[in-house]
Amino acid sequence: MSDKTFVLDGKTIPYAEGQTIMQAAMTAGVYIPHLCYHPEFKPHGSCKLCTVKANGRQAASCTQLAQSGVVVESNTGELNDERRALLQMLFVEGNHFCPSCEQSGKCKLQATAYDLNMMSTHFDHFFPDRPVDASHSDYLLDFNRCILCSLCIRASRDVDGKNVFGLAGRGIKSHLIVNAASGQLADTDFTANDKAAQVCPVGVILKKRKGFAVPIGQRTYDLNPISAMPGVKQD
Amino acid sequence: MVSDTERHATYLDPILERHGFAATSLLQVLREAQEHFGYIHADAITYLTQKLKLPRVKIEGVATFYSFLYLQPRGEYRVLFSDNITDHMLGSAALMNQMCQQLWVEPGKVSEDGLVSISTTSCTGMCDQGPALLVNNIAINRLTPERIVNICELIRKRVPLSAWPAEFFAIADNIRRRDILLDSSFESGSALNALLARGSTETLQEIKLSKLRGRGGAGFSTGSKWEFCRAAHGTHHYVVCNADEGEPGTFKDRVLLTGYADQVFEGLTLCARIIGARKGFLYLRGEYRYLLDHLLVVLQQRRDKRLLGSSILGCADFDFDIEIHFGAGAYVCGEESALIESLEGKRGTPRNRPPFPVSNGYLDQPTVVNNVETFAASSLIALRGGAWYAAIGTATSSGTKLLSVSGDCERPGIYEYPFGVTVAQVLADCGARDTQAVQVSGASGVCVAAQEFTRRIAFEDIPTAGAFMVFDHSRDMFEVARNFVHFFAHESCGFCTPCRVGTRLLQNMMDKLARGNGSPYDFAEIEKLDQLLLSMSHCGLGHAACNPVKDTIAKFRPAYDKRLKHHEFEPAFDLDYALSQARQMTGRDDAGAHLGESK
Ligand SMILES: Cc1cc2nc3c(=O)[nH]c(=O)nc-3n(C[C@H](O)[C@H](O)[C@H](O)COP(=O)(O)O)c2cc1C
Ligand code: SF4
Ligand code: SF4
Ligand code: FES
Repeated sequence: MSDKTFVLDGKTIPYAEGQTIMQAAMTAGVYIPHLCYHPEFKPHGSCKLCTVKANGRQAASCTQLAQSGVVVESNTGELNDERRALLQMLFVEGNHFCPSCEQSGKCKLQATAYDLNMMSTHFDHFFPDRPVDASHSDYLLDFNRCILCSLCIRASRDVDGKNVFGLAGRGIKSHLIVNAASGQLADTDFTANDKAAQVCPVGVILKKRKGFAVPIGQRTYDLNPISAMPGVKQD
Repeated sequence: MVSDTERHATYLDPILERHGFAATSLLQVLREAQEHFGYIHADAITYLTQKLKLPRVKIEGVATFYSFLYLQPRGEYRVLFSDNITDHMLGSAALMNQMCQQLWVEPGKVSEDGLVSISTTSCTGMCDQGPALLVNNIAINRLTPERIVNICELIRKRVPLSAWPAEFFAIADNIRRRDILLDSSFESGSALNALLARGSTETLQEIKLSKLRGRGGAGFSTGSKWEFCRAAHGTHHYVVCNADEGEPGTFKDRVLLTGYADQVFEGLTLCARIIGARKGFLYLRGEYRYLLDHLLVVLQQRRDKRLLGSSILGCADFDFDIEIHFGAGAYVCGEESALIESLEGKRGTPRNRPPFPVSNGYLDQPTVVNNVETFAASSLIALRGGAWYAAIGTATSSGTKLLSVSGDCERPGIYEYPFGVTVAQVLADCGARDTQAVQVSGASGVCVAAQEFTRRIAFEDIPTAGAFMVFDHSRDMFEVARNFVHFFAHESCGFCTPCRVGTRLLQNMMDKLARGNGSPYDFAEIEKLDQLLLSMSHCGLGHAACNPVKDTIAKFRPAYDKRLKHHEFEPAFDLDYALSQARQMTGRDDAGAHLGESK
């Protein structure tokens, strides 16, 4: 038996030195719920959906390095209850009207909520006031749906080398900003070819004039639950 | 023609030059730049993007993270009332109201003539001499209605702060009980001489032998921390003194830096020698801005005595100096990895750990972060030996602890005790009567009820970072908890979902209870939130955010029960409350402007 394995929900998972629990699990085809993690970017560890118990201690699996012999619990009633509460928090924090959202059916937030049997938002909605930025000729930013995962920030900074997006404010007032004195996407160097244009797990960064190309009902997560496709990237 | 951006060059250039155009000094540059207009102008940011080679999102991200930085015009006089529960107990809300009325300004807004803005801020560390406020970041304590009248007069006449009566700015030490630390007549350089005589490795052994544990809250072994850092590989090592002192009710680091700064700096220098650091930082909370001149003098005196700078005490290979960095109103920056981010000029977001600062700290290099009191104690240990120190206190909590005593007692101030002192003893010494509860270690600490007053202050019983807030039987413990919940929601950095949203949900729940709309259902919800925050939060702030509510529900349940309207479910939506904004806008409060069961 190889030294470099750990146990995840009873299953032996091999890992390479320096891999996180999430990376190893994904490679082995085992799904751990996640929103701010994306295999192509440096882990962020902020949504906390990927929290597991490693040897009994809670840890974000996307940032926790895999270690030999560790016993990891992920798909447990207790953790899934807590994950559901996190999802509910994300739903009430923003304004999510799924039936009218272009991203419906390919949204990771929605898909994860379905997968974890989230039946209601439970908490009182905050109904924040978040204006839409439609200034750019090709893209629309609907901040109502932003879950602050920072994937667009990482993509723009680390792949596009541009810093189009950034985080501002603190606490519940944290919000996404764009790199322009005017605060408008049109005044940044954002283009449709940017990696940042493709990474949003929810429906904030949307291409204009391309509504509902794939009919609802036939979209990625309409066909298969998100947990069935651990390594699948978004379309 | 001078462009809009270049208009800002005149005052920004000297600031930038002083900071070597380093991106790591962004927060310091922004703080100083703000002193010009009272806020940071959009064109100033444009200029900084060029000079610091930072994207605008970065600069705006930092500027909007810290409570004391503004991107919109504030009043020429920016007044911030300390919002801690102890300030409230001394009548701060009425005083703030009085000032708002006298100056014709609404809380949180800027007066129409741009003269003044009045708002609240988290505990300013003056709980033993409140109610307190900050005006343009300078502290004024012991507020009374008369003092407010005087301040309003000075503001109305636009008298510069430097011409305000000096007694307004007087800050007392209020040292009430001294033990080994506060009693020591410490001689500059004595601990360093002892270190050089004994050797670095041997001195580290003494620190370990002393069993000194960190005084900032977590109680990690100081000797082990220094040893890990010393062994860690890096191009540079750093020493950081954590003087963020943001925990509500704590003010002992302020007193140490006032009267014992030399001893604190000597502690940093010892640590530097032991771990091999050439550079150190004092991270000082913005609220203590008034201490700057004094601290700079102490640092210069130490340089003059060759206790800082190059070739310290004539040792050719002993170079070390200390730089002062300011915080700008963010409690979370007391968390050591957030503090390091802030030192690097970034948003104060706690890092993913491991790795820990001892191996990957400032600029990813091995870094020791210790509390002010920890450094002061280490100087004593270097001087008098580890065994001597370990014999004081209890077996697992050696030495003494400084308590910041405030609230309902005759003699609030600083009390130094050997570890192991009972809560009852402290209460007797400070002249507390009819005590209902003590909040030990601040908002994130524990609420101790009367039947527990025989418990001891020690890591093995009631650990503390130093706060000791006393509440007599006239106080409503629900309101105490609600104050702390608001504090956590305000100070959450917003990085992780559970704390960012959870602290706000908790605040809403407590406010709902305060309006008399609670039901037993809410207790189950609070219990659930507590579990979630403990289990999933990214840092200690989120872990502790429910503590005050949990403690007070367990120990002071009647304070909650009397707020329950129904004994079943109660919706959070309250028709009459929802109309309150409309009432305010129309200036109405008659019966016709209320709906449902009015209160
Ligand atoms: C939210 C939060 C705030 C903190 N604030 C402070 C502080 O103001 N001062 C401090 O010394 N430690 C504070 N700490 C603890 C530090 O993270 C760290 O443990 C400490 O500075 C280490 O020094 P010590 O070992 O000397 O205690 C805080 C921790 C958390 C989680
Ligand atoms: S816009 Fe999308 S990718 Fe960017 S932080 Fe918000 S949710 Fe994440
Ligand atoms: S627990 Fe709160 S303060 Fe700590 S990282 Fe999360 S949001 Fe920030
Ligand atoms: S996926 Fe790990 S914290 Fe978001």
